[in-house]
Amino acid sequence: MTADRRLTLHVNGITHSCEVEPRMTLADCLREKLDLTGTHLGCEHGVCGACTVIVDGAAVRSCLMFAVQARDSMITTVEGLAASDTLSDLQQAFHDHFALQCGFCTPGFLTTAEAFLSENPSPTRGEVQSAISGNICRCTGYVPIIDAIVDTAKRRLESGK
Amino acid sequence: MKAAAFEYRRADTLAETLLPELNDKPVAGNQSLGPMMNLRLARPRRLIDIATIPELRKIVESPDHVRFGAATTHAEIEDGETPDPTNGWMRAAAGNIAHRAVRNRGTMGGSLAHADPAADWVIVLTGLEATVIVAGPVGERRIPMEDFINGPYTTDLGDSELLVAIEVPRPGSSARWGYKKFMRQVGEFAKASATVLIDPENDRHRCALGALGGPPVILADPLAIIEGSVSAADIVSAALSGRQLQSFSMHVAALESALASALGQQEDCA
Repeated sequence: MTADRRLTLHVNGITHSCEVEPRMTLADCLREKLDLTGTHLGCEHGVCGACTVIVDGAAVRSCLMFAVQARDSMITTVEGLAASDTLSDLQQAFHDHFALQCGFCTPGFLTTAEAFLSENPSPTRGEVQSAISGNICRCTGYVPIIDAIVDTAKRRLESGK
Repeated sequence: MKAAAFEYRRADTLAETLLPELNDKPVAGNQSLGPMMNLRLARPRRLIDIATIPELRKIVESPDHVRFGAATTHAEIEDGETPDPTNGWMRAAAGNIAHRAVRNRGTMGGSLAHADPAADWVIVLTGLEATVIVAGPVGERRIPMEDFINGPYTTDLGDSELLVAIEVPRPGSSARWGYKKFMRQVGEFAKASATVLIDPENDRHRCALGALGGPPVILADPLAIIEGSVSAADIVSAALSGRQLQSFSMHVAALESALASALGQQEDCA
């Protein structure tokens, strides 16, 4: 039915229960029902990448997944990338390389990059470029973002993480 | 930019999906239907989620072909989690569809049923002489790719039918392939595309053009194109005569590039 249905979602290691309409996207559910407003919505039709979250280890557009489809999945949002109040190594690299200005696209870049590095821990610069080609940033011109991801990959390989 | 209200049901078996009510819509990855719904170009009354139906996830290998369940994702093909009957050609094509986040959810069957004229599988599976398998209340139908797509976003699927599988023939060991698409930037839909299949052991030769605003066009006399006895420009001009196409020269270049790639004269670049 179009009526609300009760849904259990596993987000950033916490199990949440909420009521959603079938038409509610995962992005809206995260933001409005779970108050996880780090996930941003830009185009809402799968083009800009701002709403990217990690579902069962894979980068996914949360504007193109209905919350009801995410039942039983393990979801990681930008809020789940760092363990505590400190930044993750990738977030710190974005800071160090000036890889953000307004910050609107940043959560999508971070989740895209995190999923990418888990699949390809030692990427070439070209592979990084290709990996973020589905995310749009209007401020930085991408080069600092690529630098930050390449740097994170290098540091992780050196430290054996 | 939010979808209109709809009902939602997750289907566990194929049988549940085959007696749809009016304006029911099957959904798997939601990467084509989703944007249409968010833009309210599509307003299904009910979504039947078919993404996890075992029959649609099944892959069956035979000596002469591989049958892919329609809910196989682009990423599964890209990552080599499925067999590739074409020894890497499908894998390379899958890895160039849109962006990784789209490939993680989007499915081969969904892409074909959506039938965007510029979509990769639409031209690639036509070029590979694939067959679409459709299930309906009275059983299965087999439709060659070239008969499956009737127009832009229009297929041969009946209201009560579901695209359940795609059968891709195995080329011979000496077979060659070229696929070229032009895009404004990585991940965008193609402005022009072409494929060339050279499979002498099975006597299969096919040259096709895609991203034409409708179904792909299979070019006449592929052997003449492959042997170089006719020019790509002449053949494309004959095949597309009467069409108002700004991309004419891109289609010629796509065909030349796919041909060069199939003949081993250049690296396959897209």
